[in-house]
Amino acid sequence: MDRREFIKKSFLIGAGFSFLSSMPFSAHPSVPRSRVVQISHSNVQKGRHFRQDVLTEMLNQGLAKLYSTEHPDQVWKQLFSSRDVVGIKVNCLSGKHGSSHRELVDVIIEQLQRAGVSPGNIIIWDRLNADLENAGFQINWKDRSKPLCFGNDVAGYDDRLYLNGSVGSLITRTVTHLTTAIINIPVLKDHGIVGVTLSMKNFFGAIHNPNKYHLNAGNPYVADLYQMEIIRSKVRLIVCDALVAQYEGGPPFKPQWSWPMNSLLLAVDGVALDRVGWEIIERKRREKQFPSLKKAGREPVYILTAGEKGLGESDLNKIDWQTLAL
Amino acid sequence: MKTLPGQPVKRRDFLTLCSAAGSGLLMGRLVPGISLPDARAGEVPHTHEARWYEKLPHKKVRCKLCPKECTVDDRERGYCGVRENWGGTYYTLVHSRPCTYHVDPIEKKPLFHFLPGTTAFSIATVGCNVDCKFCQNWQISQIRPEQATNLDMPPEKVVRMTRKSGARSIAYTYTEPVIFSEYVYDTAQEGNRWKIKSVMITNGYIQEQPMRDLAEVLSAVKIDLKAFSEKYYREVVDGELKPVLDTLVLLRKLNMWTEIVYLVVPTLNDSDKEFTELAKWIRTNLGPDVPVHFSRFYPQYKLQNLPPTPQKTLERAREIARAEGLHYVYIGNIPGHEGENTYCPKCGKRLIHRVGFFVEENRIEHGKCPYCGQEIPGIWK
Repeated sequence: MDRREFIKKSFLIGAGFSFLSSMPFSAHPSVPRSRVVQISHSNVQKGRHFRQDVLTEMLNQGLAKLYSTEHPDQVWKQLFSSRDVVGIKVNCLSGKHGSSHRELVDVIIEQLQRAGVSPGNIIIWDRLNADLENAGFQINWKDRSKPLCFGNDVAGYDDRLYLNGSVGSLITRTVTHLTTAIINIPVLKDHGIVGVTLSMKNFFGAIHNPNKYHLNAGNPYVADLYQMEIIRSKVRLIVCDALVAQYEGGPPFKPQWSWPMNSLLLAVDGVALDRVGWEIIERKRREKQFPSLKKAGREPVYILTAGEKGLGESDLNKIDWQTLAL
Repeated sequence: MKTLPGQPVKRRDFLTLCSAAGSGLLMGRLVPGISLPDARAGEVPHTHEARWYEKLPHKKVRCKLCPKECTVDDRERGYCGVRENWGGTYYTLVHSRPCTYHVDPIEKKPLFHFLPGTTAFSIATVGCNVDCKFCQNWQISQIRPEQATNLDMPPEKVVRMTRKSGARSIAYTYTEPVIFSEYVYDTAQEGNRWKIKSVMITNGYIQEQPMRDLAEVLSAVKIDLKAFSEKYYREVVDGELKPVLDTLVLLRKLNMWTEIVYLVVPTLNDSDKEFTELAKWIRTNLGPDVPVHFSRFYPQYKLQNLPPTPQKTLERAREIARAEGLHYVYIGNIPGHEGENTYCPKCGKRLIHRVGFFVEENRIEHGKCPYCGQEIPGIWK
C-alpha cells in the first residue's frame, strides 16, 4: 500500500467519515466580520526560539479579544469539535527563519487537542514535504497518535479542475477530501511580485499551478482563488505569524529586511487581515525609507479586488483593527 | 469571457472530449498520472543550468528565454514552473526528463510540406509559458515536473529510440518546447549527427536570441498563431501577439521552413476582419507560400462554454486567405475534408491527397508539380 492509499484508507476508517458531517458554520461563535486583532509581546522571543507559554497567552488573549469574550477555551471548543479533521495551513517556503514557526503551530495544536480534536485528526500541510522539513516540521503521514504532517506531494490533488474567474486549478486533496476545517497560518511578509503574501495568497499552496497566477501582481488571481467555496468555507480561523516580519525582498527570508515584530494577527476575515498586514508593511517601508509598494510596481490590488467581490472588508477605515500589547 | 465558476471538469470528460475531437493526441503514453505518491517534489534535480538568463543582485535571476522575462527569487520558479532559481543560479528542471513520447505521423503536427508520409518521434516535458484556455493537453502543459512521472531520456537515448522507430524526425511538441529549449537544442544537435531532422511545434512566444540559437539545429518550425489580436492573446492565452509575429519574421529571415496553425475559436477569433488582416500580414511579411492551417476547436479545459467550430467558418477562413493571395491554406481537424489536400497554386491540380493524418497519394516530384512544373516549397526529402 502506498502513502496515498494509506492516507485515504486510514482517514475513511479512522475518522469514521467524520469529515462528511462537518459542523455548519452557523454553529460557530460569531465575530465582528471585519475585526483584526494584533497582539504583541516583547518577551516572546528567547534566543533563537519563541516561548510557548507566551505564545499560548498571546493566542488565547488575542482570540478572546477577537470574539469579545473572557473565555477563549470556549471559543476553541465552539470552533472545533472532536468530529473535525483540522488542516493547519502553514507557509514554509522560506526555511526555518521565514516560515510559519513551529512553536506557534505546536501551541495551536495543543489548543485544538484541549478542545477535543484528536492528534490524528490534525494535519499540518503545505505544498511539499521538502518545504515542511526545511521549515523544521517532521513529516508524519502514518502515525495517528500524533499530528500528521505532509505536503501535497503525498496527499495528491483532486481529479477535478476547479474553475473560478481567472483561475483553473487542481486542488490538494488535503482541502477537498481530508479536512473539515482549516486554520490558516500565513507569515507577514513582502512579496517581490504580488506585493504582500498573507492569508489569501497562502492558498496558492493548495493548488497545482501557482506559478501561473503571479502576473499583474496577482490580481485578480489571488481573489479568484480565495473565492472558491471549497477553500473559503473551511477556513475557521486565521493566525498570521508576525513574530518575525519582512518588509522587502520576500518571499525568501532576507534578514536584512526583517524585523522582530513579536506579534500575531488574528481574524476570520482574510481580506481584512490582509489589508491590515499590507498597511503594516507599508508603514515599515516608509520608516525604512523604501518606496511604497505602488511605487515599487507591486501594489497588492488583489486585496481590494477581494473586497469588491464581497469576500471580506478591504476598506481600512471600516476594519476594526484592535491592537493589544502584553 | 465566461468560465464556469466552481464547476469541475473531470479528467474522464477531458479524455472523452479529446477522443471525440479525433485528435488522437492522448493515446499511448501521453497522459501521465498527476501527483503520484512517490513523486518527490523539492528533490527535482538541479543538474542542468539554464542557458538564457541573467543573474541579478540578492540571488535573483531574470529569465531571458521568453518575453515574460520572469524575475525569479531564490528557491522560486518562473511562470512556466519548470525553471528554478537555486541559490542564484537558474536551472531547467526538465532537461532529459520528458513526461511522454510517441511516434506520430508528421501530418499530425501538422507539417504538410515537410517529409510527407513520414513519422516523427515526438517528445514533451511538462510545462508551458502561456495558459491557453482551450489547451487540449493542460494535464501535462499546466503542471510542474514533480506532479508527473518523468522519464530518463537524455538526447542520445532519444536519438537512439528515434532511429529504432524508423522516424525521420524528432518533434518537440504536445506541451511548449520553448520551456525545454536546452533539451531541444541538445537533442536536435545529437539528431543532426545521425541525419535525423528536428521540428519544433511551438507557440513562438520566445525571445530572439534563443530562437536564433535553436534555429541553428532545427529543420522546421510550426507556429501556433492563436489569433491576430492582442486582446485575445491577453485574455485567452496569457501571452502577447507581437513577440509571436516577431518570431515568424525572424524565422523567415533565417530561411527556416515554417508552417502556421490558427485554431479558430467561435466568437473569439473568427471574424472575417481578423482572417483578412491575418492573411494580409502573412502575405506581406512572410510571403504567399507559408502554409496556413485553420483548425477546428473543440471545447475543453477552461473553454467549455463554446461549441466546436462550424465547418463553414473554417471554409470561410480558407476562402478569405486564398483570396488574399496565400497559396497553401488548409483545414484541420475535419478528417476527409478537401481542405486537407495540397493543390498546385498554378494549375490547380491535386498534388497530395490526405485523409486525417495519413497521406493517400503524393504526386510531387523533386519538389515540383508533375503537371505544370510549378515549384512547391517545402522539405520533401
